[in-house]
Amino acid sequence: MTPLIEFRQIYKIYKMGENEVHAIDGISMKIFPGEFVAIVGPSGSGKSTCMNIIGCLDVPTSGSYFLDGKDVSHMNDNELAEIRNKKLGFIFQQYNLIPKLNVQQNVELPLLYAGLNEKEQATRARESLNRVGLLDKAKNLPSQLSGGQQQRVSIARALAGNPSIILADEPTGALDSKTGKDVLNFLKKLHKEGNTIVLITHDNTIAAQAERVIRVSDGQVVYDGEADIHKFASIIHAGDTEVDI
Amino acid sequence: MSLKKSFTLALANIMYDKMRSLLTMLGIIIGVSAVIILISLMNGMTGMMTDSFEELGLTTITVSTTNRGGSRTINEDEMYAFRDEHPELIEGISPSCNLNMATVKVGTTSITTTATGVSEEYADMKALEIESGRFLEFQEINAHRKVCVIGTYIQRELFGFTPALGQNIKINGNVYQVVGILAEKDDSTSGSADDVIYIPYTTAVRLSRTGTVSSYTLTAVNQDKVTPAIEALKAMLLEKLGDENYFRVSNMLSVMDMATDMMDTMEILLVCIAGISLLVGGIGIMNIMLVSVTERTREIGIRKSLGAKGRDIMSQFVIEAATVSGMGGIVGIVLGAVLAIVFGNMLNLSATPSVGAVLLSFSVSVGIGILFGYLPAKNAAKLNPIDALRHD
Repeated sequence: MTPLIEFRQIYKIYKMGENEVHAIDGISMKIFPGEFVAIVGPSGSGKSTCMNIIGCLDVPTSGSYFLDGKDVSHMNDNELAEIRNKKLGFIFQQYNLIPKLNVQQNVELPLLYAGLNEKEQATRARESLNRVGLLDKAKNLPSQLSGGQQQRVSIARALAGNPSIILADEPTGALDSKTGKDVLNFLKKLHKEGNTIVLITHDNTIAAQAERVIRVSDGQVVYDGEADIHKFASIIHAGDTEVDI
Repeated sequence: MSLKKSFTLALANIMYDKMRSLLTMLGIIIGVSAVIILISLMNGMTGMMTDSFEELGLTTITVSTTNRGGSRTINEDEMYAFRDEHPELIEGISPSCNLNMATVKVGTTSITTTATGVSEEYADMKALEIESGRFLEFQEINAHRKVCVIGTYIQRELFGFTPALGQNIKINGNVYQVVGILAEKDDSTSGSADDVIYIPYTTAVRLSRTGTVSSYTLTAVNQDKVTPAIEALKAMLLEKLGDENYFRVSNMLSVMDMATDMMDTMEILLVCIAGISLLVGGIGIMNIMLVSVTERTREIGIRKSLGAKGRDIMSQFVIEAATVSGMGGIVGIVLGAVLAIVFGNMLNLSATPSVGAVLLSFSVSVGIGILFGYLPAKNAAKLNPIDALRHD
């Protein structure tokens, strides 16, 4: 089976003055369709950079990134935009809804850029909203919704275009623990329905809710396996901060 | 993305903060309304001017000759002969000779006015309306009789309610008989069109200093024949008098053309000046668009992460800018038209903007939005989505 996401010796190097910062220092990994993977690590570990590359928001300095069998490492901005639109669905920590548009218009946004006509956009958006149980709030503005509801709208938006991969970057970071639990449960439900989910987090307990965990530290993979907190949480690499159990 | 959708989105954005949008549009509104007001008022003034010129007689040609220094002269017979030779160009001819500042007296009441000496054709040439009696006749002119036709001002001032027809009137000491009274044309005050006395030119010539006719009034068949008529006249006069300094031919049409040319130039100049405020308005839009792009950096990042390409972002912001300026243009046109009518009424003009001016102003205002929105839009399109998402 072809992996959906494949990193082959990916490096991301920034030049700050005379210093070189290796945000990603040689990572290779494969994620297959239908997996629920959590990429976990403290800040500065390279997990955000990983997400940026997986999400086609950034390109690696060297190495290759194969998305659904295609090498996207050297694509230009427009091509990357196309891929983001068709294959990826983003869920951000801060929901990132556009405040002047109502809920339905927010969910329609990726469909707008996909070139669907207005009727199609409305139908698919409303289907998506229904899936997250917020169809009745379609005409509300984001500011009129609670944090948990806004995050659900964000999920609906991510699902609207039927992407191959759902990328969630600290999706529960801005929510209280109960709402956060609801969101994670929803992600698990999506996973059961067959979606591929990549979750980025710094919190081990959240990472443990996934199926598989990839732990990164100083730009490298230090663990890649079962989401058993006892197994991955105690891995310490040189220079790591304290570990939660 | 369809143009209509972009336009509706832009409109929604504008309505979100109405005050700010209004202030942004202000420069365009002022500029466009200034242009509309100026153009309308100029149109009104030009119209008023052409009307008054037409009243003076656009087909009237005035010829004056100076006989000093030359041994060659031209007399009335030769002028009449010219008219007879060119019936397709010249309709009427009237030698003229005026008694300026003449004292006109009835009994003990006297006024000072000009007695105009004309021929019998004059009434037709100038389309004069007779209220009672008749105009001067050929025999009276031939025999240089002392008769006159007066306007309503003379009637009221000197005769009061007594009908002047058939009465005697003294002009510079000589007694004339009133054979006709003209219909009221103006307001019957001193110096108005009703302040006229027409006497046979032959009579006037006898009483004048030189004793010869030195000027003629002719009417061309129509406005198109004026130029060829003038040319033929000039050619004939040059032949007869030998030197162009000995005569002058003038008419209102050329004067009016000169005046309208001048007004057109002035209009262009004024519109350009008003256009400066449009330029300033455009800069205002660019300024606000730059601010808007910075404010919405995050939003742009979100859109890009969802798959918006550079050109999607560009068209979004350019259309927003064009919508703002276009709306400003419409408001400016309406405001300008209203104010033009108000000012027009104050100045007693009928000031209306031409359809062309309205369309031009609207297109220019939209164009300004596109032009001045381009740079901010380009900035927006170039934003890196990762940095943009991290932005405040």
